[in-house]
Amino acid sequence: MNFDFSEDQKLLQQITRDYLAENAGLAVCREVLESDAPYSTALWKGAAELGWLGTTIPEEYGGAGFGHLELAVIAEEIGRALAPIPFSSSVVVATEAVLRFGSDAQKKKYLPKLASGEWIGTLAATEATGQNGLEAAKTSLSGGSLSGTKIPVADGDIANFAIVSTAEGDLALVDLDGSGVTREALGSFDPSRSVARIVFDGAPAEALEKGRGQISHLLDRAAVPVAFEQLGGATRAFEITREFTLGRYAFGRPVASFQGIKHRLADLWCEIELARSNAYYGAWALSNDDPELAIAACLARVSTSESFDLAAREMIQLHGGVGYTWEYDCHLFYRRAKWLSLALGSPASWKDRLIDRVEARQKSA
Amino acid sequence: MDFNDTPEEAEFRAEARAWLEANATPHRDDDEEDLLGERIDDKTLAWCREWQAKKAEGGWACLTWPKEVGGREATPIQNVIWKQELAKYRNPPDIYGIGLGMCGPTILTHGTDEQKQRWIPEMMEGQQIWCQLFSEPSAGSDLAGLRSSAVLDGDDWIVNGQKIWTTGAQFSDWGILVLRSDPNAVKHAGLTYFVVDMHSPGIEIRPITQINRGQGFNEVFFTDVRIPDANRIGAVGDGWRVAITTLMNERASIGGGGGAGNTADLIRAAREIEIDGRPAIENAAVRGKLADFYIRSKGLQFTGNRTLTALSRGQTPGPEASLGKLIGGVMVQDLAEFGIELAGMAGIVHDASNPTTSLWQDRFLAIPGLRIAGGTDEVLRNIIAERVLGLPPEVRLDKGIAFKDVPTGPPSN
Ligand SMILES: Cc1cc2nc3c(=O)[nH]c(=O)nc-3n(C[C@H](O)[C@H](O)[C@H](O)COP(=O)(O)OP(=O)(O)OC[C@H]3O[C@@H](n4cnc5c(N)ncnc54)[C@H](O)[C@@H]3O)c2cc1C
Repeated sequence: MNFDFSEDQKLLQQITRDYLAENAGLAVCREVLESDAPYSTALWKGAAELGWLGTTIPEEYGGAGFGHLELAVIAEEIGRALAPIPFSSSVVVATEAVLRFGSDAQKKKYLPKLASGEWIGTLAATEATGQNGLEAAKTSLSGGSLSGTKIPVADGDIANFAIVSTAEGDLALVDLDGSGVTREALGSFDPSRSVARIVFDGAPAEALEKGRGQISHLLDRAAVPVAFEQLGGATRAFEITREFTLGRYAFGRPVASFQGIKHRLADLWCEIELARSNAYYGAWALSNDDPELAIAACLARVSTSESFDLAAREMIQLHGGVGYTWEYDCHLFYRRAKWLSLALGSPASWKDRLIDRVEARQKSA
Repeated sequence: MDFNDTPEEAEFRAEARAWLEANATPHRDDDEEDLLGERIDDKTLAWCREWQAKKAEGGWACLTWPKEVGGREATPIQNVIWKQELAKYRNPPDIYGIGLGMCGPTILTHGTDEQKQRWIPEMMEGQQIWCQLFSEPSAGSDLAGLRSSAVLDGDDWIVNGQKIWTTGAQFSDWGILVLRSDPNAVKHAGLTYFVVDMHSPGIEIRPITQINRGQGFNEVFFTDVRIPDANRIGAVGDGWRVAITTLMNERASIGGGGGAGNTADLIRAAREIEIDGRPAIENAAVRGKLADFYIRSKGLQFTGNRTLTALSRGQTPGPEASLGKLIGGVMVQDLAEFGIELAGMAGIVHDASNPTTSLWQDRFLAIPGLRIAGGTDEVLRNIIAERVLGLPPEVRLDKGIAFKDVPTGPPSN
């Protein structure tokens, strides 16, 4: 039994954490949140220089040639820092799609630019408010031309290309700066990450060679690294809250000494530990290409979504009045937690998938 | 990251399997559940004794104990591997759990060589059953508040007082016992730890009926009971330190209600039970709940795997192991409750005409005890908060004063 990361992976984690501590304090997230800039170009450049953007991309395409465990390690650190960069959209989802389902020519065209950070990619799947899950689509690809509307598209305003799910079941590659594409940035619940509406009107597009019918599988593969980003955010929110309650005095004692607070922190710690364990299981399944991924992804996705949401709520509550101010960082976590828990499909939709899959397995047993 | 045994672990597992295949009986689906060991009759006792003796003879009774007392000095991970394999077979109620899991390790840590020779081998072979006489009417979570007394008289101690919630006292041969030997000392300093022969004159055992009508635990009254000084474990006044060893081993050995039904059972049930003519599993509210349970139980399982990883590397899991009992206890209670509610109004019928629901009802009645025994949920949260998260200890009103001056109830005026 070795249900843990290796020494090398832990070293990578330390290096990543050190770099982000130096270059991506929460002030960097806040800067993007408070300005019109959709993301931090400086941090994106730094991440590219360190090779993070090509973590899972093979060396022949200009990447680092690492596996998904290393991607998970880096994603957790990105999450801890609330890094205001399109990591989940580009490095996780878009890269995974091209890597897994692209033809040689498609890989040659996209992977080197993804690895260098020159291009940002994203997934455009949802088409309507209230849509449960990301699988259904009306947008259509025929004869190399794509038409339909996608809303919301995470990082859709800054991406250079999108993987678009279609009614035919394809994953279409579209250049977002090309013809037949109109896009509009929308207000984001977490302004340190951006979101857009994209209308395709006969935009030139081609299907990912092996992408037909694979949207579900793509979501499973993407959910695991994103779960680590969420886990990182939850853990950091917890740590900051613990520190704060130790330093804040009321009634002559640290508020962390009140049992009402101690028990809430103990409960929160338990939730995050359970989420961590589920995320590890997802990482194991993903990195081994195990069929268990179909279930493991749901476990990781839901538990990290819910525990990050909970951690962020508790963070505000246990800070008291300052926790409710713009000036304190609690709302950065509150916003990011919600943003990440919905950007890849709501927890409710992942619960639905989970029960479908467990049921199917029981029936076939 | 992998779930596989190391070569040494695999070799050990094969050895355990081979022995079990030759000596144990496989599980049966109709094996009855007895979460708290409340349905123990003479036939069951005989089965327990026979199986324990067989394990001892094969060298599989107490794996981690020293070789000189009959153990095999196995590593903690080997012990876990053994338990995983053992769980695949029929096992009688765990009447030796308290002896082997708590009393034995305490005697091995704090006892003299003579005491070890006297008690350990018979304990291992299952000839003797042990119980734990710690809690008292006014001392549960606050165990050090106990007041049953021990007064030295020549080579004997004279013991008076009452213990309560003593699981298995009715069929035990020996008990571990913490007593107040000095009421003038401060609370924790006035305690001494003993082993008592449960057949001694002056001991009276009265069963207590639980909420489910089972009788797993008892009141135990001591009236001028004589305990030889040779049965004292550790120094006079050092009982608290010795008791801590017992409690540490208790926490390590209690799980979070494992076996009290699992999510897979519940999902199966939701496929069979109908709500308004459709399988319950198609109902959105039911699906959401089932998913929550499934995710939680998997989270617990994989947290267990992380603990095993630490064990496998030779690290000892610390207070973070409290998570399993805390989360697991509430979860199995929620699960049982939902299992009952799936039946709708039929969930109020509790008899043989309604067997599936009755099973969940039986569990629902058994589980509250698990959340109290061996450290309540609240005490576990304190442990996690203080010992894992490093938060400040509770404010206390019982420190630095003689035990007799510690407040014991609301002020009377
Ligand atoms: C099924 C079962 C089997 C048992 N078997 C044994 C046995 O074999 N031997 C034995 O010695 N004992 C045994 N016990 C006793 C068990 O250890 C105690 O019941 C337990 O420690 C709680 O003590 P109490 O009952 O006195 O409750 P109390 O300690 O009075 O607790 C009452 C309530 O106050 C809470 N509370 C207490 N202290 C704190 C605190 N510091 N902070 C917050 N909340 C607090 C508790 O959580 C609980 O909710 C058994 C109990 C059960 C239910």
